[in-house]
Amino acid sequence: MRKLVVVGHGMVAHRLVEAVRAEDKTGEWRIVVLAEEARPAYDRVALTSYVDTWDPASLALEGADYADDPMVELRLGDAVVSVDRERKTVVTEAGYEQSYDALVLATGSRPFVPPVPGHDLPGCFVYRTIEDLDAIREAAQRPGRGRRSAVVIGGGLLGLEAAKALRDMGLSPHVVEMAPRLMPLQVDEGGGGLLRRLITDLDVTVHTGTSTDAIEPDGERYLAKLGNGTELDVDLVVFSAGIRPRDDLARSSGLEVGARGGILVDDTCRTSDPAVHAIGECAAVDGKVYGIVAPGYAMAEVVAARLTGGEGTFPEPDMSTKLKLMGVDVASFGDAHAATEGALEVAFNDAVAGTYKKLVVSDDSTTLLGGVLVGDASEFNTLRAMVGRPLPAEPGAILAPAGGGAAVGVDALPDAAQICSCNAVSKGAITHAITEEGCDSVAKIKGCTRAGTACGSCVPLLGKLLTACGVEQSKALCEHFTQSRAELFQILQATRITTFSEMIDRYGTGTGCAICKPAVASILATLGNGHILAGEQATLQDTNDKFLANLQRNGTYSVVPRIPGGEITPEKLMVIAQVAMDFGLYTKITGGQRIDLFGATVDQLPLIWRRLVDAGFESGHAYGKSLRTVKSCVGSTWCRYGVQDSVGLAIELELRYRGLRSPHKLKSAVSGCARECAEARSKDFGIIATDKGWNLYVGGNGGATPRHADLLVSEVDTETLIRTIDRFLMFYVRTADRLQRTAPWVEEMEGGLDHLRAVIVDDKLGICEDLDAAMAKHVGDYADEWRGVLEDPEKLAKFTSFVNAPGTPDPTISFRTERDQKVPVLLGIPEVKQ
Amino acid sequence: MTTSIQRTWTAVCAAGAVPEWSGVAALLEGGTQVAIFRLPGDRWYALSNIDPISGAAVLSRGIVGDAGGVPVVASPVYKERFDLRTGSCLDAEGVSVAAYRVRVTDGVVEVEFSP
Repeated sequence: MRKLVVVGHGMVAHRLVEAVRAEDKTGEWRIVVLAEEARPAYDRVALTSYVDTWDPASLALEGADYADDPMVELRLGDAVVSVDRERKTVVTEAGYEQSYDALVLATGSRPFVPPVPGHDLPGCFVYRTIEDLDAIREAAQRPGRGRRSAVVIGGGLLGLEAAKALRDMGLSPHVVEMAPRLMPLQVDEGGGGLLRRLITDLDVTVHTGTSTDAIEPDGERYLAKLGNGTELDVDLVVFSAGIRPRDDLARSSGLEVGARGGILVDDTCRTSDPAVHAIGECAAVDGKVYGIVAPGYAMAEVVAARLTGGEGTFPEPDMSTKLKLMGVDVASFGDAHAATEGALEVAFNDAVAGTYKKLVVSDDSTTLLGGVLVGDASEFNTLRAMVGRPLPAEPGAILAPAGGGAAVGVDALPDAAQICSCNAVSKGAITHAITEEGCDSVAKIKGCTRAGTACGSCVPLLGKLLTACGVEQSKALCEHFTQSRAELFQILQATRITTFSEMIDRYGTGTGCAICKPAVASILATLGNGHILAGEQATLQDTNDKFLANLQRNGTYSVVPRIPGGEITPEKLMVIAQVAMDFGLYTKITGGQRIDLFGATVDQLPLIWRRLVDAGFESGHAYGKSLRTVKSCVGSTWCRYGVQDSVGLAIELELRYRGLRSPHKLKSAVSGCARECAEARSKDFGIIATDKGWNLYVGGNGGATPRHADLLVSEVDTETLIRTIDRFLMFYVRTADRLQRTAPWVEEMEGGLDHLRAVIVDDKLGICEDLDAAMAKHVGDYADEWRGVLEDPEKLAKFTSFVNAPGTPDPTISFRTERDQKVPVLLGIPEVKQ
Repeated sequence: MTTSIQRTWTAVCAAGAVPEWSGVAALLEGGTQVAIFRLPGDRWYALSNIDPISGAAVLSRGIVGDAGGVPVVASPVYKERFDLRTGSCLDAEGVSVAAYRVRVTDGVVEVEFSP
């Protein structure tokens, strides 16, 4: 057994360890990782998202602590300070000495801070680690008068992310860039103009073509003096002016370094010492350093292969990048600046639509060399994969609106084309996973190939590949309707058809089934079509809705009165108890913070509900694909930690959304502080109180594939919160598939959470007025369904045991006792599994 | 010698008591339960009310529709579909329920049944 020592634990080092462990079948390598940072590797690419939650766990990389792997030892918070290549040992700051058989340096980069006078003042920060962001946040939150501002020095990819983060922290950001345009490495002059406009629209003040001459203290604030004479009054300064490889260990131990810095390695990532490799941002492959993660991952894979007896060389790296800042799409790939001799550029600049697209092609215009997309980067994935390959059409035709994405579809891509550049997964590998390994969904492809698991921007392409491989991704509802649920919704809304028979007559075939009848019934209910048991609608309802109760395995039903927010008076508890005793029902408290009564026969239901409705209860809709409950913790009313009245809000929300029918059940919760006792993060929409307002999380689900909700908006007042939830719910109801819960709905949404936010917060699609009106109608039209039954003899008549013997109970139903309560005696064992 | 089949018809309910596209349950002598379904065009069907998969007496409560043109009811418990004409289960091999003859005489629904 040999010892592999890895110096540094960033994303690339983590990838190396994972790859070695995966390929080391004989257990040859014991691995010791020596990290400078006090945390295991985290997703530094997503660093800006840390601002959304301030929760380091949100950046955690799976398995990065190697807790279950006895072959890997991870030592945190103790940097290696010297390497003795003769004795093959390294020494850390604390004096710990570690010997090695193979050494891999993965020390990454440090932020470059230009020697501007004042750069080391207390209000100056860099933007690379979680600690950096914590420090910035602390400085940003210091009490001060008026709106605070900040300046970011460096207008590249990271600088713009930093500006956005500062803006999200409530500061007014400036960005200063020396080059004549923002993102000078990725974007060309044509795209630069549009990018500036789009960034300025995000409330960021842009200063290009100027340096920063000095930073001077100015009372409690700072004065940033720019080369063009502008003086900015700011509260803090963030340097994002580039990175420099950390090659100190190479220099001090006599390893060769690149001409422009970085540990010099060949295309197998080997340094001038055969026992030492270097990977990631600290490595200079044939003299060239890389500041993005994809080449680093490739280096890690190469070294892992070589250590475990395989082969591999560092391939031509994919330098494409995609930036997404609240709707500002910028993408750059291949030879974006047409540096190749004879290259031609074809650009389409639409200042009205706010898009700029440029393709760089070979001198004979047949081969795609690169491109820049600003404002609309939706074709990034397919175009990037085509670099180096023949274009399927004239560049102009691809760029012009009429060409759209149709000219460059997944079919045009050869098998070798890289679909996922973060993890280097080719089209061939994905189609193999689909056709030979049974991956018939995006989630399965992710599991099999890792495609789509890093930045996620190739996910839409995965869906297209599934379709291209003939995987039934048909959204058709059933054999009777070819339309998807969302399409049926639109049709019903537009035509105002109110019966299933008219709907299937005009838009479907046959007479319907247990799939389409309840689906149409649900849409009609959402649009407002009267009581769900009125007229023909009664024949459409699914098992539980049909009798406004939950069918149990022996043909009896359960009864759940609504207890909004989980708050109930002792008097009302006594009513429920008395009803349960009078009817001999089994009682249980539910996960939704209410009470369930079991064992009611269909003819008993109206009698039970008569008692409940008379006592002031109403239907809890436990039987519907509808809003269930809004749970709560006790909140600021009683709890010494609560910062807001979570119970009050939970009750308000439950009373607002009760009765709303939806593609699948909806569950919610409100927690009164960050301790989150109501478990809001596992809900379709969950609210957590802060001292400044409410944080809204969406898309969480329990069930077979649990998912935590994502933060949609933070620190909003109650009015804004409710309006946002209104729109979230109505958008979900309108566009989701049948039985699609909010978690997969958000996961599969093109553009993901950012798109959702754009639609319902920024009203990108212009539908918010409609959504608001639809919710207002729901609230206005609400009436208790059980009261509706009790007041209508025609509906009541359906609740009989036998049409020819209404007073006779079902003789097949009997009970026994378990733990002092009655439970069913079952007839026959299911012989055929459903 | 000719033999004629003796059919015993039992009156169950008024035809108007059964809406189109729905089912009702009837209790017959000896405890037999029958589910009666009405489709448009005065088409009536009757099957045993007991769902053989779950053992619950609930088939009358299922959704009525068609599967590729075959009239079916889907059991409310686990949704297996039963051919309304024959009682044969489309989703479980070898499984079926009893099918009964049903007619309407002078507005009264009658089921052919001998205890």
